[in-house]
Amino acid sequence: MSNAQIEIQLIASLVAIACAIPGTFLVLRKMAMISDAISHSILPGIVIGFFITQDLNSPLLILLAAVTGIITVVLVEYIQKTGLVKEDTAIGLVFPVLFSIGVILIAKNANDVHLDIDAVLLGELAFAPFDRLMIAGVDIGPKSLWVIGCILLITITLLIAFFKELKVSTFDVGLASALGFSPAIIHYGLMTVSSITTVGAFDAVGAILVVALMIAPAATAYLLTTDLKKMILLSIVFGVFSAISGYWVAHWLDASIAGSITSMLGLLFLVVYLFAPNKGLIAVMYRDKQQRTEVSLLTFLLHLGNHQDESERHVNHLNEHINWQKVRSKTVLDLALKNNMITIDNHIVSLTKKGKEFTSQAISYIITNEDSKIEHMKDDFFLFRG
Amino acid sequence: MLGSFAVLRKQSLLGDAISHAALPGIAIAFLITGAKDSNILLLGALVSGLIGTFWIRGIITKTHLKSDTALGLILSLFFGFGMLLLTFIQKQPNANQAGLDKYLFGQAATLVESDVWLMAIVTGICLIVLLLFWKEFKLLLFDADYTKTLGFNTKFIDILITTFIVLAIVLGLQTVGVVLMSAMLLAPAAAARQWTNSLGVMVILAAIFGAFSGVLGTAVSASQNNLSTGPVIVLIAAVFVFISFVFSPSRGLLFREIRFRKNRRDLKLQKTLSFMFNIAKTHEDISHPHTIKILNNFQGYTRKTLQKLVDKNYVTITDNMWSLTPEGFKSAANLYNQHLDQNE
Repeated sequence: MSNAQIEIQLIASLVAIACAIPGTFLVLRKMAMISDAISHSILPGIVIGFFITQDLNSPLLILLAAVTGIITVVLVEYIQKTGLVKEDTAIGLVFPVLFSIGVILIAKNANDVHLDIDAVLLGELAFAPFDRLMIAGVDIGPKSLWVIGCILLITITLLIAFFKELKVSTFDVGLASALGFSPAIIHYGLMTVSSITTVGAFDAVGAILVVALMIAPAATAYLLTTDLKKMILLSIVFGVFSAISGYWVAHWLDASIAGSITSMLGLLFLVVYLFAPNKGLIAVMYRDKQQRTEVSLLTFLLHLGNHQDESERHVNHLNEHINWQKVRSKTVLDLALKNNMITIDNHIVSLTKKGKEFTSQAISYIITNEDSKIEHMKDDFFLFRG
Repeated sequence: MLGSFAVLRKQSLLGDAISHAALPGIAIAFLITGAKDSNILLLGALVSGLIGTFWIRGIITKTHLKSDTALGLILSLFFGFGMLLLTFIQKQPNANQAGLDKYLFGQAATLVESDVWLMAIVTGICLIVLLLFWKEFKLLLFDADYTKTLGFNTKFIDILITTFIVLAIVLGLQTVGVVLMSAMLLAPAAAARQWTNSLGVMVILAAIFGAFSGVLGTAVSASQNNLSTGPVIVLIAAVFVFISFVFSPSRGLLFREIRFRKNRRDLKLQKTLSFMFNIAKTHEDISHPHTIKILNNFQGYTRKTLQKLVDKNYVTITDNMWSLTPEGFKSAANLYNQHLDQNE
């Protein structure tokens, strides 16, 4: 690994961490799309900053961009407060307008400068190490490394200082204001941090990757845990992992680093989405199937309880009567047999004592619909699964 | 037009997500065919847009992630993947690859006649389907459960609407580009929503607004040098939205403010009147004169409100003294009864 490669990976990882922290809160607060809006609408801020300073590297640019980001949030909230449109529509209206203003400003005034939309939107991590920060003629590393490092430091300091407040106001706005922290201040604080992170990061990695790095690790972590601290840690781990692995994929394919980091994030999310132990697609489907079988079993037992006649209790008759497929009825029958709910004697199904008790409990639950009755039934149901 | 449905279904940002999600489709279609036939590329965009949409659905229904997270996730992931593919294509030895990124930002000027025909045909099909399924769409939009109980195949209708939204977006991509597509979808509908409560009128208005901003935007951008068409169209659409927000008669901010002020003034007037009524009640003669000074203690009293009351013939004033007229006394006595009636 050359020096530049290490630096690129370092920058990517730092960006990933810096994005993951505010991203977690954005996802939890259901404001994930705001990050998308911010990343687009900071364009006019950067353009105006560029006109003032004529220097793409001035800190004023970052400041102005962050201000535009906050303006976006305020505008979105204002439009939403008027009650004329919903929040998502407000977001969808505000950021294209700001973005258009930015594009037109560039087209009108800055045609021949190095500032084009592609660079802003997509960024190029590969060039980051060439843009070096010189202090008194000494090379102390790539500039974006310092920028993102500072932002990360600020973010972490703020996170540790206000962790409790953030946590409370994220999950219970009412409680937060009752306890005396202003949710509005925390909200705007978070938004400011998000804007600054977006601005600082997108210089290196581009707007789309910023959005991906904010949302994807947090969403992936959210599928795996419900503990806030674990969620932040996990999303940092996911972010760094995909940053580094994404870099090597890009190296191997000779393609855009930002794109391949995003693809790694996507892959990671897909895997977790399918296989997460409790909330993954497969787990959910499995649980659905189990519950369906349980409900079928209940239906079956109730049916048996209602019919005393032998002809009504013949196995084949049951198949027709409840309208199940062969396989399904076999599953249900087996399950009932295994739990000693029924006995099958010469193709005639009859309830055992245990089955009868269970059925009458189920009926009384269905009639009264009281939760206290279902509590111990849940344990019974648990038996079936084993 | 289809934007109206998106806005009302609270899926406004879907447009944004789909327009980004279409990118890998374009890239893959190009990788497979190796030619830059716009129809095939559009087909690829359509397919990947649909995959994106249904994946978003899957995430929302199957996990506890919220819709905004799902949208942002799919949007950025698909787009990133598309970028990866695009840069990958750029490294391939194929002369045709140039201009693929035009799809990203859109160039209305690069449209050729066949593209325009394609758009016209698709718009026509959209219109016909919209008219055919109008009732079903409307029902599904406002009361999905009811639609289901009526025996309509909600899934089919749902997929139909979604497909057409995706189709419209993918076609629009060529004109205004990825970022601005969502505005094209939303802005006319959001503007139209302010003027009417009827779905039919809203759809027509949205179409008119959209067409107007398209024509005006193209005209403005053609009249000036160096102005790309897409952003101008979006800005003009935004102006429409702004005007609608402020000036729409029933929902607009301006009229709402006026109504608000009027209500407040009425309330002040009534408060003053009832205050007078309470004083006048203690006297035998209701028209017994009092000094205006008493009223100064009362919040809500101004010279103007007093003058208003005089104009309404509720109060008469003779040198710094006021007295209630019988008419004023009666309406003041009824003030609270009226409120009681309303409460019941």
